Amino acid sequence: MAFFDVFFWEVVVSGLLAGVMYSLVALGFVLIFKASGIFNFAQGVLALFAALTLVGFQTGQVPFSHLINAVLGTNIQHWGEGTHTFLAIVLTLLVMIGLAWLIVRLALSKLVNQEGIILFMATIGLAYVLEGLGDIMWGADVKTLDVGLPTGPSDTIIDATGMFVEKLEIAAAIVAVLLVVSLTIFSQYTKMGRALRAVADDHQAALSVGISLETIWWVVWSVAGIVALVAGVMWGAKSGVQFSLSLIALKALPVLMLGGFTSIPGAIIGGLIIGVGEKLFEIYLGPMLGGATENWFAYMLALVFLLFRPQGLFGERIIERV
Amino acid sequence: MAFVDPGQIRDADAGQKGDVLLRVEDVSLSFGGVKAITAISFDIKQGEIRAIIGPNGAGKTSMLNVINGFYHPQEGEIWFRGKKRKALKPHQIANEGIARTFQNIALFKGMSTLDNIMTGRLTKMKKNMFWQAIWRGPAEREEIEHREVVERIIDFLEIQHIRKTSVGRLPYGLQKRVELGRALAAEPALLLLDEPMAGMNVEEKEDMSRFIIDVNQQFGTTIALIEHDMGVVMDLSDRVVVLDYGKKIGDGPPDEVRRNQDVIDAYLGVAHD
Repeated sequence: MAFFDVFFWEVVVSGLLAGVMYSLVALGFVLIFKASGIFNFAQGVLALFAALTLVGFQTGQVPFSHLINAVLGTNIQHWGEGTHTFLAIVLTLLVMIGLAWLIVRLALSKLVNQEGIILFMATIGLAYVLEGLGDIMWGADVKTLDVGLPTGPSDTIIDATGMFVEKLEIAAAIVAVLLVVSLTIFSQYTKMGRALRAVADDHQAALSVGISLETIWWVVWSVAGIVALVAGVMWGAKSGVQFSLSLIALKALPVLMLGGFTSIPGAIIGGLIIGVGEKLFEIYLGPMLGGATENWFAYMLALVFLLFRPQGLFGERIIERV
Repeated sequence: MAFVDPGQIRDADAGQKGDVLLRVEDVSLSFGGVKAITAISFDIKQGEIRAIIGPNGAGKTSMLNVINGFYHPQEGEIWFRGKKRKALKPHQIANEGIARTFQNIALFKGMSTLDNIMTGRLTKMKKNMFWQAIWRGPAEREEIEHREVVERIIDFLEIQHIRKTSVGRLPYGLQKRVELGRALAAEPALLLLDEPMAGMNVEEKEDMSRFIIDVNQQFGTTIALIEHDMGVVMDLSDRVVVLDYGKKIGDGPPDEVRRNQDVIDAYLGVAHD
């Protein structure tokens, strides 16, 4: 039976691992949506910005160098040899936390108690601003990102099972698991987690029990920025840091529709289903449909879900009182 | 307040019964050209139940929103515990000891009754949240202490049976009660209740009245409440302030206010000059 040979399992495993990459992006969306009711259109750009910043620090690029050179007529590009990867990651984390603070102070704090759609529009604006900022700061050229993650196929797995599995994708899976475990602990078992859930439910009530919206939003956007950094590193290591990276956000949409916008496990399982689904579909049914089904399979699956289970697999049921 | 063991928490700033706890002085508030409140002054004394009444649109809720910091008045001062208050944000005012409920119930609908009331303890939780993420020992002990206080509130409000129910699914009357519980959990010096009995049936109103009186008498909590049901207001409150079209038209004990001609006119709808 052809379905259960090594090749089939190789497809499944590579689908699962690709799915993990989608989940990483979807996670950032879920976090912000859960905690502030905002659908953050800028999540993909946030990942791009994080990756750009990381590469910039690593290679010792001077931020805004094009702008500085154009204005002052100088020709500076780099300062020294660049920084150690670990230090660069720490610096990027600090940048993401600072960025979160700026986003909250300059945009969101002016929009307390507004409709979700208005906050959504603000994040669209934010996406453009960040994309432009990333361009001005670090330049638009494609960069390679090497943070020392293992690459190439894993020999151990080939020897043991005959399957061809990318080491990078295994690393992504491990990172995703760690990320989800720590996020779950954070949101379910800490005082901050309870405050986060309170803010997501009702701004006014949260204020009235002494929760500072700005602080909570800062925390949420910082965490989303950190998740974006992880996603940016994984995707950047896989396909280079380029501006099309911001489009991976689009791949997260069907994942969210499957998993539900409010569920962290949903984001993971949604990503896995889409990863495996599109690989299997492409391999076994793709040839009958002329191939290249990976481009649209996820969206079609999401459409089917929207028709029959709009809240997703794990989303909160929508109960409307009449 | 007595949800905590006596003597365990004694608020250093708490005054004697009868002292002025909060004073509103010449407060005016307008939205664009619309005047919501015009030069209103009144005080709330330690340990009393102070009712704010008036026809629809009189500025009652606006007044409450000024006291808890949702609105900042263009003119006037607010004195709390003998000190003039700066323009604080609502969450800062909550930390100063003012808790409230809302006219249209503002609960955290996705959370259980227990979790909702636990959020009321947030201002009392001292352990740093980062500690909690790193090492849970001390934080866990603290969580247990707060949980005990919350359980006592749940007993007091007789809502043990809905402890684990998510509040979005509760009937209206019970939601109001949970909201009161969340405000009580903060052990406020001043409790603001915005129409705690709106939309309730007679039985539910009686229950709620009983809770309000008990909170006031057993724990000595100062309460300011907005209410439309005149019978309830007259029974519950020590003093009443009456607003109409954003102005104060009466202030005093219920009996006195009831005989005030301006108040009668306002309620009977005599045409304004």
